[in-house]
Amino acid sequence: MTVNIGIKAEDETAAGKTIFVYEWPVRLWHWLNALSIVILAVTGYFIASPLPSLSGEASDHFLMGYIRFAHFTAAYIFAIGFLVRAYWALVGNHHARELFHLPVTSRKWWSEMLHELRWYFFLEKLPNKYMGHNPLAHLMMFLSVTLGGAFMIFTGFALYGEGAQEGHWSHTLFTSWLIPLFGQSQSVHSWHHLVAWGIVTFMIVHIYAALREEAMSRQTIISSMINGTRTFRD
Amino acid sequence: MATETFYEVMRRQGITRRSFMKFCSLTAASLGLGPTFAPKIAQAMETKQRTPVIWLHGLECTCCSESFIRSAHPLAKDVVLSMLSLDYDDTLMAAAGHQAEAVLDEIKKKYKGNYILAVEGNPPLNEDGMYCMHGGRPFVEILKEAAADAKAIISWGACASWGCVQAAKPNPTRATPVHKVITDKPIIKVPGCPPIAEVMTGVITYMLTFDRIPELDRQGRPKMFYGQRIHDKCYRRPHFDAGQFVEEWDDDAARKGFCLYKMGCKGPTTYNACSTMRWNGGVSFPIQSGHGCIGCSEEGFWDKGGFYNRVTNINQFGIESNADKIGGTIAATAGAAVVAHAAATALSKARSDNGNQAKSDQTKGGK
Repeated sequence: MTVNIGIKAEDETAAGKTIFVYEWPVRLWHWLNALSIVILAVTGYFIASPLPSLSGEASDHFLMGYIRFAHFTAAYIFAIGFLVRAYWALVGNHHARELFHLPVTSRKWWSEMLHELRWYFFLEKLPNKYMGHNPLAHLMMFLSVTLGGAFMIFTGFALYGEGAQEGHWSHTLFTSWLIPLFGQSQSVHSWHHLVAWGIVTFMIVHIYAALREEAMSRQTIISSMINGTRTFRD
Repeated sequence: MATETFYEVMRRQGITRRSFMKFCSLTAASLGLGPTFAPKIAQAMETKQRTPVIWLHGLECTCCSESFIRSAHPLAKDVVLSMLSLDYDDTLMAAAGHQAEAVLDEIKKKYKGNYILAVEGNPPLNEDGMYCMHGGRPFVEILKEAAADAKAIISWGACASWGCVQAAKPNPTRATPVHKVITDKPIIKVPGCPPIAEVMTGVITYMLTFDRIPELDRQGRPKMFYGQRIHDKCYRRPHFDAGQFVEEWDDDAARKGFCLYKMGCKGPTTYNACSTMRWNGGVSFPIQSGHGCIGCSEEGFWDKGGFYNRVTNINQFGIESNADKIGGTIAATAGAAVVAHAAATALSKARSDNGNQAKSDQTKGGK
């Protein structure tokens, strides 16, 4: 992607103007990630609170085994996706970097965050236009997807390594130091659950915000994550 | 007597050579060593001098000692006690009072840097350690003195290893595990409440025989006994994978011996050898008796919620609260907030549209 240095931001966000924002690896990752989070949340819940007991011979069933298998497979997709996405932040366009970089030293960014908050509290008549994320969305993405996701990958593989046992890479990389750090496995489970609910909460807010922004904001939102482009409305 | 080898002591106590060899091979097997190690153990015991062991008792309930003396390992009951050269153990020794304390001083002098210190229980640190007195002095002082010249320290049980019930919140006496008081000696944690008898004798036999500390994990527990979870070797594991659970203590699944996961079994989060070595000479272990594991060998197990819930209670958010209830409430609140916000948005949009409409009507009217 070449950046048109000659054109000012205001020109790029003029009414009816369409710009290219999300490259295909970012879009693919977004939807794969969404799918794996849904699978992880549902199977994770049933691992902690299993479905009603089955009768008959143990060899007739493998229900808990399949649920755990789905959880672990989705976890691998989530974790590998996270790594590929982090790589793409390095080689992709500057929008791909937002997830891994917060402009915390920018006074403008913070004041626009306040503006966005006021817009959500119905205190502002008009939101600002953004080519990428608005500052509030940017912060939420960073906290939930980047930090939350990394936390889930670390604690998740620490718990996975307990079953895989010593010698497995997950045990060496995560279990061996994370379990002692938290004290014992039980606390790691509790934190894994709490942050999982945090991500579920993020999902609810994220989907609502995307729908609302689609309807209320001055640029396209949902279609951007499908075709990669963003059109400004006014 | 101090210069006797283990073998000499055993023979003197009437143990036959045949029984001695049996003991060596069983010890090798229980330590997970190959058959070639049996003669090595035998040779070590025939040639090595006994290492004296000082066994101290802090804040504890003596369940570790009770477990230890029940080691059903064929010869342990008769032999391990003499093999250990357990020169000082105020619970088990015949001497008492000043006589006993004199023995303690003598060992510390005579075997300086050469004895093993086994600690059952832990020192309370509040009020200068006055909550646990040993021969008229705070136990923490006795512990520090005995540890100063020890070769290595064994922390018996959950008390010495993690703190156990006396260190549970709010821990009024500030009961503190041994490794947080003694920081300059190798410490082998043998947690459990109590630890399995054969694990205790196994650890100490290993140390005396090979004259080195068994391989430890990052938390200082011998890998050979604490390397796997109860869950990994549980004979009810097939029921877990199948999705067959006990739902009530008296249901059909309980009678059929299904998995106790839903009854709060802590097997999946507990590192111990119960499901392999079992208790009372391999007779049974909690899960085999129909009750879930309570996780007694894990750090802070008294503070990790009830014994009967799988998801830990987090009481800061109210009694009976846990991660799923807290998280579920947060997610539901977010959902309700989203709905309310959507309604407010619709309302605000309708109002502003009306306003615009009115404005444009006005303009039209003005035309």
